[in-house]
Amino acid sequence: MLKTYNNKAWLLVLPVVLCVAFSAIIPLMTVVNYSVQDILGPDQKVFVGTEWFQLVMRDPELHAALGRQVLFSAAVLAIQIPLGILLALALPATGWRSSLSLVLLAMPLLIPQNVVGTIWQIYGRGDIGLAGAALTKLGVNYNYTGNSMDAWLTVLVMDIWHWTPLIALLAFAGLRAIPEAYYQAARIDGASRFAVFRFIQLPKLRGVLLIGLLLRFMDSFMIYTEPFVLTGGGPGNATTFLSQYLTQKAVGQFDLGPAAAFSLIYFLIILLACFVFYSLLQNAGPAEKAPH
Amino acid sequence: MESLAWMAWTTPVAIFFSSVALMLVGMTLWQIKSPSIARRGFLPLTTTRGDRLFLGLLSAAYINLAWTGLTDLHQWFAAGIAFVWLLVVMRWG
Repeated sequence: MLKTYNNKAWLLVLPVVLCVAFSAIIPLMTVVNYSVQDILGPDQKVFVGTEWFQLVMRDPELHAALGRQVLFSAAVLAIQIPLGILLALALPATGWRSSLSLVLLAMPLLIPQNVVGTIWQIYGRGDIGLAGAALTKLGVNYNYTGNSMDAWLTVLVMDIWHWTPLIALLAFAGLRAIPEAYYQAARIDGASRFAVFRFIQLPKLRGVLLIGLLLRFMDSFMIYTEPFVLTGGGPGNATTFLSQYLTQKAVGQFDLGPAAAFSLIYFLIILLACFVFYSLLQNAGPAEKAPH
Repeated sequence: MESLAWMAWTTPVAIFFSSVALMLVGMTLWQIKSPSIARRGFLPLTTTRGDRLFLGLLSAAYINLAWTGLTDLHQWFAAGIAFVWLLVVMRWG
């Protein structure tokens, strides 16, 4: 057993604890309080127990939004992770070409979400947008403001354009960290390109890919700005994801009770996902450090 | 207290958060008195005492939510099941 000789560390984490208390724990407590009451006015509150949770859990619109959200996050992960790895493998490893590719690749990451939404909104327009007009000229009946499938695909492609570079950069950094000796050994054994990828590169990338997976999952699960700017959640409800649905409830309709209950459910989903990814990361650690 | 009025406190929520705080203090004291050793139970991962408490509480929340969404029976049944589940996870998880 390790004995603690010095408790100074507790003092040093105190500022963080205070910050978290003010920015997260106290607001969370307030949300829990709101979720069990009907707030009619600043001084008028009625305790309703689990009524809001019941309402939210049985809300078909919420189920639909959750379904769309899960499908979106799954699609984002299924496309961005392999695409990011492919990009990283295709990038030049050294020299000015490498630096140039990295800078070009990182550009979408520097653009704020609402600007990305605006860029794609114009890009996809049938009359003046480069992509929209080109598709229309080619005879494709593309209209992201009127057709739900088009809207959905546009949001997905926009997210892929915006965030695949992150995975590519992470994977690139992971690839550069693999010692040359592994490749030499593979060459001596006459390993094929695929075998090198399958048995050397992929296992070595496990740690960074898990971090990428976690980041992309969390981000895509909380996506709000881009679809809000691009489609406003429409047409109909086709691109209304969880965050936007929550905002509609809390800000649009000012239903604070159901919105609070919904926030807590959202929080629990994220908490579970975080725990799963955290355990995976913890388990990935020893494999990385395994003796060569 | 006037300064806490904006938080719209209710008794059940106050009891809930007090229990969480007490649990944290209790777990800390227990940890100091006899440090937890990570082990493997029926859960598919190695856990310490704190991990099991977290998992137990998280699944308790899900049990309660599922109960609210799927049945019209009283919530106390779900609370009872969740409590038993928490004990099972703490002991054999």
